[in-house]
Amino acid sequence: MESLGNIVLYFAVSLIIIVFSVMAVKTRKILRAATYLLFVLIGTAVFYFQLGYEFLGAVQIAVYAGGILVLFVFSILLTQNPADDTQALTNHRRFVGLLATVFGTAFLGYALYTMPFVEGISLSDALGSSDVNMQMIGHKLLSTDKFGYLLPFEAVSVLLLACIIGGITIARKR
Amino acid sequence: MDQTLPILILAIPITMFFILGLFGMKMSHKLAGVLGILGMGTAMVLSYTVAFTYFFSGDAAFIIDGVRQQVEIFDVTWLAFTDKLVVSLGFLLDPISAMMLVVITTISFFVHLYSWGYMEGEKGFQRFYAFLSLFSFSMLGLVVATNIFQMYIFWELVGVSSYLLIGFYYKLGSAVSASKKAFIVTRFADLGMLIGILILSFYMPTFNFIELTQNGGPELALTSTGGATFLGGSVLTWALILIFTGGMGKSAMMPLHIWLPDAMEGPTPVSALIHAATMVVAGVYLVARMFPLYLMETASLDFITGIGAITALYAAIVACAQVDIKRVLAFSTISQIAFMMVSLGVARPEIHEGLGYMSSMFHLFTHAMFKALLFLGAGALIHAVHSNDYTSMGGLRKYMPITHWTFLIGCLAIAGIYPFSGFFSKDEMLSAMYGYSTFWGVWMTAVAGLTAFYMFRLYYLIFWWDENPNYKHHTPHDAPWQMSLPLIILAAVSCVAGFIPFGELVTWNGEPYHIHIEWVKIAVPSLCVAIAAILLATVMYRKKNSLPDKFAAVWPGLWTAAHHRFYWDEMYMFVTHKIIFGGICSFIAWFDRQIIDGTMDMFAKVTQKTSYAIRGLQSGSIQTYVWWYFVGAVALAAVTAWVIL
Amino acid sequence: MELTMLMYLIPSLLMFACGVFGFITRRNLIAILISLELMLNSVDLNFVIFNRFLFPGELEGMFFTLFSIGIAAAETALAIAIIINIFRSVKNIDVKDITKLKF
Repeated sequence: MESLGNIVLYFAVSLIIIVFSVMAVKTRKILRAATYLLFVLIGTAVFYFQLGYEFLGAVQIAVYAGGILVLFVFSILLTQNPADDTQALTNHRRFVGLLATVFGTAFLGYALYTMPFVEGISLSDALGSSDVNMQMIGHKLLSTDKFGYLLPFEAVSVLLLACIIGGITIARKR
Repeated sequence: MDQTLPILILAIPITMFFILGLFGMKMSHKLAGVLGILGMGTAMVLSYTVAFTYFFSGDAAFIIDGVRQQVEIFDVTWLAFTDKLVVSLGFLLDPISAMMLVVITTISFFVHLYSWGYMEGEKGFQRFYAFLSLFSFSMLGLVVATNIFQMYIFWELVGVSSYLLIGFYYKLGSAVSASKKAFIVTRFADLGMLIGILILSFYMPTFNFIELTQNGGPELALTSTGGATFLGGSVLTWALILIFTGGMGKSAMMPLHIWLPDAMEGPTPVSALIHAATMVVAGVYLVARMFPLYLMETASLDFITGIGAITALYAAIVACAQVDIKRVLAFSTISQIAFMMVSLGVARPEIHEGLGYMSSMFHLFTHAMFKALLFLGAGALIHAVHSNDYTSMGGLRKYMPITHWTFLIGCLAIAGIYPFSGFFSKDEMLSAMYGYSTFWGVWMTAVAGLTAFYMFRLYYLIFWWDENPNYKHHTPHDAPWQMSLPLIILAAVSCVAGFIPFGELVTWNGEPYHIHIEWVKIAVPSLCVAIAAILLATVMYRKKNSLPDKFAAVWPGLWTAAHHRFYWDEMYMFVTHKIIFGGICSFIAWFDRQIIDGTMDMFAKVTQKTSYAIRGLQSGSIQTYVWWYFVGAVALAAVTAWVIL
Repeated sequence: MELTMLMYLIPSLLMFACGVFGFITRRNLIAILISLELMLNSVDLNFVIFNRFLFPGELEGMFFTLFSIGIAAAETALAIAIIINIFRSVKNIDVKDITKLKF
């Protein structure tokens, strides 16, 4: 049996995620879209906390909400007037988009609903058996054993370096 | 014998070709001419040395018990495709090749000298000398070939040189088409020759002439091809006839003679060298070279006789009705070569010990000299009058005495008047023909009479006929010394060449043959025929009169037909253009364009149309792609789920 | 009341659907990028959810999400660099107008 607080939190965050997701893609002001995205990201981070991954939640807030969102805002401000509306959607476009989205969602929802393994496990059960602490994460991240993540870790560091260089090369004035 | 001289004989002309061809444009005309003449003169002296050594040194290598031997001075393997198929290059010295060395280098040298005067100031003077050197090299290589394949290579090389020289005035449309015609016709003939060579080489283990023709080679050829027949002839007969086809092309035998009259578009010295004295007798030389093989299948020799006899008569008749003096000489050449062919065709060891072979080679030698003389004389006339037609000439004997006398000597020689060289060789040939069959003997005597008639018709029309012609531009005069000297020397040779004891030098098997003139049976009758023909020509053409027109009017059809060469060119044009190009080729072209190209075009069109139709898919819009991708993924998942559940 | 896996997956699914819709319909490059982030985020969330509910003892889902966030950051940075570069040359970031390389 879940605590009431958890259940309330879940519903509140779910609502926030769904509503702001829809608004982020529906609004015609691009800066607002970025802001709505921020709420969705933070909602996701709350879910991470709720699921017991505190470190991941922290990373989500730091990287996404703190880093990427700021980049978005900068680029929006650099490329257009925030007060302007983007062009309204044509009916044809909306129809095409909705068609794909609705059918896709319906199919995926049906798939989720009929999958056998989704039943029977509650969050409290799942949470009770494990404790994700920072020491464990650190060891795994720098381990070369089975389920060790040193190689991807290094690969990502190289990727980030390449990304820095690439970003400079692409964006610099010629 | 040392290898140096033979190699030099071949090396000097080809070196001259490269020097004059590559650097000629930087030289003055005089330097290029002197270089060419000196080179050819050296080659001539060397050839004389070689021939003299071969014939008269008495060296055991060349003559054993009075029998002249065939000697390979050297023979290097050039291309060894397989153990059996080996192509080598070498230098074969035997009576006919030694004789040809002398003929080719002599004529070539005089033509080089003559061209110095004739071509003076022409554009492309150096190029002309380069091509002359190339031709001399090719022709020398042809006659000293040790094997059929080497001969074939040089055979094509002389064809190319001939093509280049006929088309020397490449800005002149007629010269260009004449050169193309010569090349295409001879190439067609050479195709037959190549097939013949391939058939022969399929049955024989070698290309080498000595192995093919000596010490049981011909018998081996007969046995190894034995049994197999095709269309009533044995395989060996077919191979020999096909090889002879190449000779027919080069030597302008009917029906492949059509290129030679047109080849007169080339400069006159070229006509003298290539189309009178040397290249055109290559066919005769080819048959002579492989004569022991031909002896194995007398059907092929009969074929040669028939072709030769018909060609000889045809060309002699046509020569009586031509206007262009070079054309007359060209048909005369065809007729005389056909004479040699007939003589070869009737040669049998059992008839006068192969007299036909000897006399054919003898006539080749004398004919080369006097026909070159006649052509060079014609060149001097054209040089003076600037026209090829006898209608623009007449009464020239007063203006050009040297040309007149030398031309007369040439005419007497070709007509076969004692003691000029043509008499001796023609007499021997007629002996051989009468020995074989009286029919061919009489036939060829008639041709000889026609020869005398048309040559003197030409002579009178040029030098007598109209006594006061109207030479508008300038008075004609004798040519400069470079041109007159060859005329005089060749005329002198034509006077005395008949007394060469040719039978002692060149015979089919190397054993000497003692010439004796059969005065009563052959010489006197043929002399009478010739003199009668000359007298007829004198009556008709000495003074301007209406007799020729009356004669022409008796058989107007015959005269017109002869004037148009019996419409051979028209027939070829009809066959090639109307039947092949217009009929067969148009269908093939239609098939090619519509069916073959059409199929390919259809592929292209279908691809293009389809691509055009689905071009919209490649919009470049990522969002459309994503939409399709997403729909596709969902559809795929749905299908998978449908199948699984 | 229990909080089951399905309950967590549904907001994630809707988030993804919004991302797809936005990606297909929006014209603005940055808006497209935002939609992309939405989809990416929903996938990250799924990793974590499956990890928590199906294999509570393991950490694979969490680590995948961790790397995914890192890569997303890199990708966004580069994409924005490209967008700014495009803006510099075309003075616009509407996908309809970026057709210079189109045949």
